[in-house]
Amino acid sequence: MEAALAFVVGMLFAVAIYLLLSEHIIRMLLGLVLLGNGVNLLIFAAGRASAVAPPIIPVDADVPSAVTANPLPQALILTAIVISFSFFAFLLVLAYRVYQDLGTDDTDRMRLAEPEDDDLPPLGY
Amino acid sequence: MATPGLSPELLTAATLTAPVRLANYLVALPVVVPLLFASGLLMMRGRLRWQPAVAIAGMTVLLVINLLLLRRVASEGPQVMMMGAWKPPFGIAFTADRLGVLFACAAAVVALACTIHAAATVSLQERRYGFFPFLFVMIGGVSGAFLTGDLFNLYVWFEVLLIGSFGLIVLGSEHRQLDGATKYCFLNLIATTFFLVATGLVYGLFGTLNMADIAMKARSMEPNGEVVTIATLMLVAFGMKAAAFPLNNWLPASYHTPRFVVSALFAGLLTKVGVYALIRVLLMLFPAERGGLSMVVAGVAAATMIVGALGALAQSDLRRFLNYLVIAGIGTILAGLALPLPLSSEPTAGPLQAGLSGAIFYAVHSMVVMTALYLAASLMTRRADSASLHEIGGLWRSSPLLAAVTLVLLIAVSGLPPFSGFWPKLMLVQAMIGGGMGWLAAVILLSGFLQTIACARLFALAFWRPAPAVDRGTDEPGAMAAAGVRAAAVSIARVMAEGRSEPSMLPLLVLALLAVAIGLWPQGLASLTGAAAGGILDPAGYHLSVFGGAS
Repeated sequence: MEAALAFVVGMLFAVAIYLLLSEHIIRMLLGLVLLGNGVNLLIFAAGRASAVAPPIIPVDADVPSAVTANPLPQALILTAIVISFSFFAFLLVLAYRVYQDLGTDDTDRMRLAEPEDDDLPPLGY
Repeated sequence: MATPGLSPELLTAATLTAPVRLANYLVALPVVVPLLFASGLLMMRGRLRWQPAVAIAGMTVLLVINLLLLRRVASEGPQVMMMGAWKPPFGIAFTADRLGVLFACAAAVVALACTIHAAATVSLQERRYGFFPFLFVMIGGVSGAFLTGDLFNLYVWFEVLLIGSFGLIVLGSEHRQLDGATKYCFLNLIATTFFLVATGLVYGLFGTLNMADIAMKARSMEPNGEVVTIATLMLVAFGMKAAAFPLNNWLPASYHTPRFVVSALFAGLLTKVGVYALIRVLLMLFPAERGGLSMVVAGVAAATMIVGALGALAQSDLRRFLNYLVIAGIGTILAGLALPLPLSSEPTAGPLQAGLSGAIFYAVHSMVVMTALYLAASLMTRRADSASLHEIGGLWRSSPLLAAVTLVLLIAVSGLPPFSGFWPKLMLVQAMIGGGMGWLAAVILLSGFLQTIACARLFALAFWRPAPAVDRGTDEPGAMAAAGVRAAAVSIARVMAEGRSEPSMLPLLVLALLAVAIGLWPQGLASLTGAAAGGILDPAGYHLSVFGGAS
């Protein structure tokens, strides 16, 4: 099970990094989403996936009666999902605003902050 | 890994029964206070004119709390608070050790100075868009990152400070800003995601996220490739956050675009959080693997220093010049993390500890001085009405106090005596030579030399030379006088309408005085950073404070 998950995680990372190397913001955004999902699966695999009972304690007991699945990775993933979703929403709005205001989603053509014709400081006075 | 069946005894053993000591809440307060103020300020949207006073009060409270915590940690050693009364390593531990609290104190000083500056410069509209709440969220995230003792929790605080900084960097929505913000946001988000990857791998390998626990388990583990992979990923992730070469290009693309006070905050705090995480993770958690990466870190540090210094030489915009000085400073700090492992069995002595101590010292100095320089750039730009070295001039005559303060700061950032930049550089150079890395010491000095040239030229151009005649389309004296009257009227109207006024010199003066004081009396801070470095290299005290000697 972990081997299959590891393979999926590797594929997601490869695709994500390929997309992140693009110069278009929209493709980078998709890469970021895939990267986030790859990480979530990685944490899931790190907590060991196996076919055991869910971590639910019976009403009349203090401790689980049998071997149960590890609930901690799910808590970590839930946190990571919420965070990456909110950041994706922010970046999506930012990218749209950039497209509206700068008229491009090509990062190579976004040179407003670092103009290409910026000259050196004066050498003397 | 399936959880084995727990007996009731184990279950009761998993939680703390004794109530949390009231004094231990002090450990969590540096996070609680900013987040409380953030939510309070968010509710004050209808009272924008009150916001600055409340924000200054909040930052003052934060500074006092951090100083109290520093006093306790310096005298009693690391302080711990377990969240939700879970016993370690199950619960999230907040662990305040000397390194974390020292950084948190410096951050609070910087934040207070910036808040005072912001009170005068942030317009009503920017307040309405949430400048002060974002500021407090970011400071809360920074404090949390400095104080947490849990690796996943560190990730969460990184994201908290990121979202606060995203809000601040786009405030104003100028085109330049949107461009810079895009690069800043993407690169920082990718860096934190890499950190999360490494955190997932740590959990898979060690089965724990508690830093004290990981530190002990990693020390008793046989060297293997998995831990080296994790350490390298952490180096990449935090190196990106700290703007280390070759992952530094987002910083000069973005830090000069937002409001001046936001630049000052970012330059003082955010890269230093990356440096802090590098120290915490590489030197405390994975020291053996860091020793193996020693030459890589040394190369990165050297390249970062040179790139920063050369970049600063080539810039004509004030803030773009300072951006590169930030990068050069990061390189200098990284040099202190590069020394090879000591051969002797005593881990807390020798050049590595001296180098780390110098790096921590330099980081504190850099937080104070870089923030002050950006605030000085803010005042210079306001007074000269330009941020370009082609157009600024003659400020010595019109603002002598600003000139004097800026001169002190420029000398401090170049690492010349007698100000705060000199001593940590001396410590670093001594440690490099003692640790057999003489070439890195030479690079530190070369970078310092180049920075001195760049700073001297900035001072000569902006302050010493007479104001250059810039053609602004008003040649006649009468037209100029009319334009002056009109400008004054406009600025008065703006003050009335937008809640802005001329920022005071006070925060700048206080920060410059700090730089002078650290330079004249370095002994107190040096002994503190020495103890902090010792606590990182030998985390027995850290571990004891978390696990109470049981474990």
